[in-house]
Amino acid sequence: MLTPQQVIDTYFLEARHMLLEIAALLDRHDAAVVRGGGAAGNGKATSDAARLAVLREALRLLAEPAPGRERTVELLELFAKV
Amino acid sequence: MQIIQPHYHAIARTAQDYERMAMSGVVAVAEPAFWAGFDRLYPETFIDYFRQISEFEPTRAAQYGIRHFCWVAVNPKEAENPTLTREVLRQFPEFFAKPTVLGVGETGLHKSTKNECESLQAHVEMAMKHGQLVLIHTPHLADKAHGTKRVLEVLAGMNVDRERIWIDHVEEQTIKPCLDAGYWVGFTLYPITKCSPKRAVDMLEKYGSERILVNSSADWGPSDPFTLQECILEYRRRGHSLQEAIEVFHNNPCRFLGQNPKFDIKPIRVEPLVEVPACG
Repeated sequence: MLTPQQVIDTYFLEARHMLLEIAALLDRHDAAVVRGGGAAGNGKATSDAARLAVLREALRLLAEPAPGRERTVELLELFAKV
Repeated sequence: MQIIQPHYHAIARTAQDYERMAMSGVVAVAEPAFWAGFDRLYPETFIDYFRQISEFEPTRAAQYGIRHFCWVAVNPKEAENPTLTREVLRQFPEFFAKPTVLGVGETGLHKSTKNECESLQAHVEMAMKHGQLVLIHTPHLADKAHGTKRVLEVLAGMNVDRERIWIDHVEEQTIKPCLDAGYWVGFTLYPITKCSPKRAVDMLEKYGSERILVNSSADWGPSDPFTLQECILEYRRRGHSLQEAIEVFHNNPCRFLGQNPKFDIKPIRVEPLVEVPACG
């Protein structure tokens, strides 16, 4: 089993990479909205807004320092809503 | 689709990579000199390394129909040994005369120390004096923004032809000042530590394709030469045409590297054939 230090040493760069991918996704979405004149487009605005809201809620949950339950369980239940 | 890998450390890769690259459309690679994973102590070690990438490696690539070009430099990580750097630099003109050497690279910065900045300046001066292209490495991760700023500051104090200089490993926070200053830039696609294929396409969509090169990652560390093809797939699946992809992944390398006449692969255009019906 890994020590706390080993967990960070081993997985920090991988986590950095995944967070950057999420940041890029949100930037990409913003750019697409601007290109589309301010609307999410393609007639799925409600569905897109719901999934975007879930992503933002997931990020908020991850930012909590000490959640009551495992973060993966929290997120899986959250993503099951959309 | 024909693809050029502008930044490929072939000596760290297997023949199988060449074979798979050839099967995926790669027609040429350009190999900058880089760090061996440890600091070399002797000028002769560099000379043999330069011989390997300028004489032997082209023959290995040729077995798979791939053209191989290269660059010579002392890596920024080894610039803390100024005596070694000077001795190796003195040998550069011998290699500039070889038929596949395109210029000086990858020089640049790692921790942006005084010795590194002096080495960068000496490399660029050498290249400009001999009419060579320049490939500049910028630092990874935490020192990226500061190191790139220092590279631009060093270059700003020199008399250089900016269109002949390629600043590599740019990311979202460093691309704009490099492009604005008139240099070519490169994205380097790593599985984890640098830019990703998706983020590279985001930047292509934001900044356009002019003066931009896209490299895979191909060295002795965790890397993947096929991140370049992954990027092409991402670019195409977002609706960019085949010709637009060729402009980025084949023609731009031709335009930059072709400033050295030794790189004789020309930009291409895909057009439908107009078939003339046979007369009955």
